[in-house]
Amino acid sequence: MASLKALKIRIGSVKSTQKITKAMKMVAAAKLRRAQEAAEAGRPYAERLEGVVARLAAKVGGADNAPLLLSGTGRDQVHLFVVATSDKGLAGAFNTNIARLARRRADELIAQGKTVKFYTIGRKGRGVLSRLYRDQIVHSDEPGDLGKLTFDSARGYADDLIARFQAGEFDVAHLFYATFKSVLTQEPTEQQILPVKVPAAATNDTDGGAVMEYEPDEESILADLLPRAIAIQIFRALRENAASEQGSKMTAMDNATRNAGDLIKRLQIEYNRSRQAAITTELVEIISGAEAL
Amino acid sequence: MPLHFELVTPEKLLRSEEVHMVVVPGSEGDFGVLEGHAPFMSTIRDGEIMVHKTAGGAPEAIRVEGGLAEVTTRGLTVLAEKAG
Repeated sequence: MASLKALKIRIGSVKSTQKITKAMKMVAAAKLRRAQEAAEAGRPYAERLEGVVARLAAKVGGADNAPLLLSGTGRDQVHLFVVATSDKGLAGAFNTNIARLARRRADELIAQGKTVKFYTIGRKGRGVLSRLYRDQIVHSDEPGDLGKLTFDSARGYADDLIARFQAGEFDVAHLFYATFKSVLTQEPTEQQILPVKVPAAATNDTDGGAVMEYEPDEESILADLLPRAIAIQIFRALRENAASEQGSKMTAMDNATRNAGDLIKRLQIEYNRSRQAAITTELVEIISGAEAL
Repeated sequence: MPLHFELVTPEKLLRSEEVHMVVVPGSEGDFGVLEGHAPFMSTIRDGEIMVHKTAGGAPEAIRVEGGLAEVTTRGLTVLAEKAG
């Protein structure tokens, strides 16, 4: 049995660990609220832009001169996986789940004879994927704190992807991230971002009986809009990721705090038992000493 | 009748209010939007949107970058990458 002193030290160290995980849980809760608000604040823009793109694409999409970003390369050979994770761990299975989904999809495509390349945003995702697909990672980026990402950085990713797409580096791009469902569930999600998938047109071209006028023409507006639509999709995914990361972290830290509590309880019982055993031994020694006299 | 004006950026819904008139720097020239404007869509060049709260009042300027203006029967919506 461990000595009383060693047990006491052990209890002390578990207690301070518990304090840390508790604090981290609280920080995650506060950041989660902010991340959720941010994710919601971005919704109006995304919805409106989606509506406009849908309407324009329905008009222009069928034509032969439809933009490349919309019609695609016409091939389906090289797939690019944009895997968005976080830079930091201690968030339960958050990063692992996203990477696992990407890996499963990649293996499916590879089995079909397609080529899969990776574009990782976030150090943790890169870590997992580089073990299996070291040579297929074309670019990796470390975004830092997900909660502080601005639209500019999303735009940067979008521009980079579009440039690669236009250079013919890949035919289809998929985005992997975790959708925030609740604090307890974050769902790994796959979404095709290139070529742009047109959402079903909700409204038609006439508005209250009048025909919409465009300035400049529909094609130019659409060409201007598509990169922005891709950027907003990435931005939205990163925002979802930020909320998911904090939710996952909160749950993980809550579990850690509870585990530490259980451990402290067990150690405390062991400590009390040892203490009582020591007292009993002492008493026995005194009594037998007194009897000997 | 006032014009319903919305200014939206990816980060958040910046404005949603009733105004008298908005002058938008369209990519092919500035245009003013009043209540009852015909449905219209235009890209915007980087510049300033002038928001006239009341007729004859001093306009408020809001700087926008990279955007699109859409006029429907519901009002004017400006989607900008950056504003403020």
